[in-house]
Amino acid sequence: MQYSVRAYVPGSLDPGGFTLDNFTALTKPLYARVFLDTIWICFLTAFFALIVGYPLAYALVRARHVALKSAILVITITPLFLGEVVRTYSWIVVLGNNGFLNTMLLKSGLIDAPVQFMFTRFGVVTALVHVTLPIMVIMLAAALSHIDRDYERAAASLGAGPIRAFVTVTLPLSTPGIIAGVTTAFAWTFSAFATPQLIGGGQVNMVANLVYQLGFASFNFPFAASLSVAGLVLAFAVLALMRAAATPFERIGAQ
Amino acid sequence: MREGSAHPLLRLLGGTTVAAILGFLILPAFVVTLAAFNGKAILSFPPETWSWRWFIKAIAYQDFQAGLHNGLIVTGWASSIALVVGAAFALALDRYRFRLKRTLELVLLSPLVIPHFTIGLGFLILAAQLGFARGYAVIVACHIVLVLPFVLRSVYISLRNLDPSLELAAASLGAPPHRVLTSITLPLLVPGLVSGWLFAAILSFNEFTASLFVTAQRTQTLPVAMYNYVREFADPSMAAISVIYIAGTAMLLIFANAFLGLGKVLNVEHSR
Repeated sequence: MQYSVRAYVPGSLDPGGFTLDNFTALTKPLYARVFLDTIWICFLTAFFALIVGYPLAYALVRARHVALKSAILVITITPLFLGEVVRTYSWIVVLGNNGFLNTMLLKSGLIDAPVQFMFTRFGVVTALVHVTLPIMVIMLAAALSHIDRDYERAAASLGAGPIRAFVTVTLPLSTPGIIAGVTTAFAWTFSAFATPQLIGGGQVNMVANLVYQLGFASFNFPFAASLSVAGLVLAFAVLALMRAAATPFERIGAQ
Repeated sequence: MREGSAHPLLRLLGGTTVAAILGFLILPAFVVTLAAFNGKAILSFPPETWSWRWFIKAIAYQDFQAGLHNGLIVTGWASSIALVVGAAFALALDRYRFRLKRTLELVLLSPLVIPHFTIGLGFLILAAQLGFARGYAVIVACHIVLVLPFVLRSVYISLRNLDPSLELAAASLGAPPHRVLTSITLPLLVPGLVSGWLFAAILSFNEFTASLFVTAQRTQTLPVAMYNYVREFADPSMAAISVIYIAGTAMLLIFANAFLGLGKVLNVEHSR
């Protein structure tokens, strides 16, 4: 099923004869910039999702009380099922000029005028981290829960402090989860549409928005298709690169 | 469970960090709830007056009603078909060795990493070339592809946790293979099947990016209707419908957690 789609997208390039012009057009600075921007945003999002997600995953796996564990689990994964639109809208309410964050900052006297959060990369990345966090936590928690606690106990009994035991034992052993989480977060961010569209508002463009604009605003479907194929190839290339870069780490984890 | 030897300061620090992160996760939902009960059309925090009027307006809004209706049709079909197909593939992948098995796995899981706009656009172009109108069939087909990996994973994990000796016992007592399947394997898989279906349904109901490409005005699902609403209007009706959405989803998940054990389904805890 999936192959038919994939094979079909390039096949649909030629309603008016086969051409590679669409792909040459991709190298124009305008489009190249959107691609680079997209990769940078994906990278930032995956990075911050990892930083924020790791403590949460750790707490989820190691929480002592069943009720606490369930609470963390439900809070963590509810956003996963809310869909991009609801979450993005929520962030608009939080980040807008009359939004929650600005009002709170104004009232507390920290700032004198509303700070522009909307239509900035900061706003987009914040919302995207929120969107990708649940899947990151699930991946990390799956890896963490597979770690045999005896290793940590062994480290502790050999005199390692909790921090040392974590850095030298737990963290390396969770590398497969980190790689899976970062990879998935990257891929999800890459396909995000509503968040950059609504919070970026044309100021922050990602490949998904470009594809939609070309398809539905200028009805240039062949170009939109070649763009999404290019996006697909790029996403896979970056993911492959990440895998390759992470292999030495994985080896450490396996030892 | 943390070791008792952990330093109290460290535990406090860890607890605060986790609480802050959970706060970050809840913040948007909390703020939207405040906004939804705001009496005025302009956002202000905290709201000066409180009212239910945006809920009434949101429920009465034609496009949301149609979106809900369309969404339920699409979700019902897509998640049910995905469940049957996914369960069959999971069974095949778990029980049999065959050529291209690895390839099949990759193909089935690929919608996880393929950008949704690529899938949506692909289906749109495919439908156009085959001469289908942008009807329900295209949306359902698109959603099946998107949710299949989740069903597959859910069923596959519960197959893995199944004790094979139960099937062997049934077989040794003379049950033919189809009888083993219907009286042993499937009943034991029920939690995995139910949670797989539930996940598929929730994801399909919320799917937006690909749906935007394959739906038309007449067939738009709820997220698409909401997206259009946010672009056109700025009143808190959207906040109200978000709150309904958040409450509904959270309730479903709490239910799923209580009855099915989400931790096991998501593979983050083990019944050791």
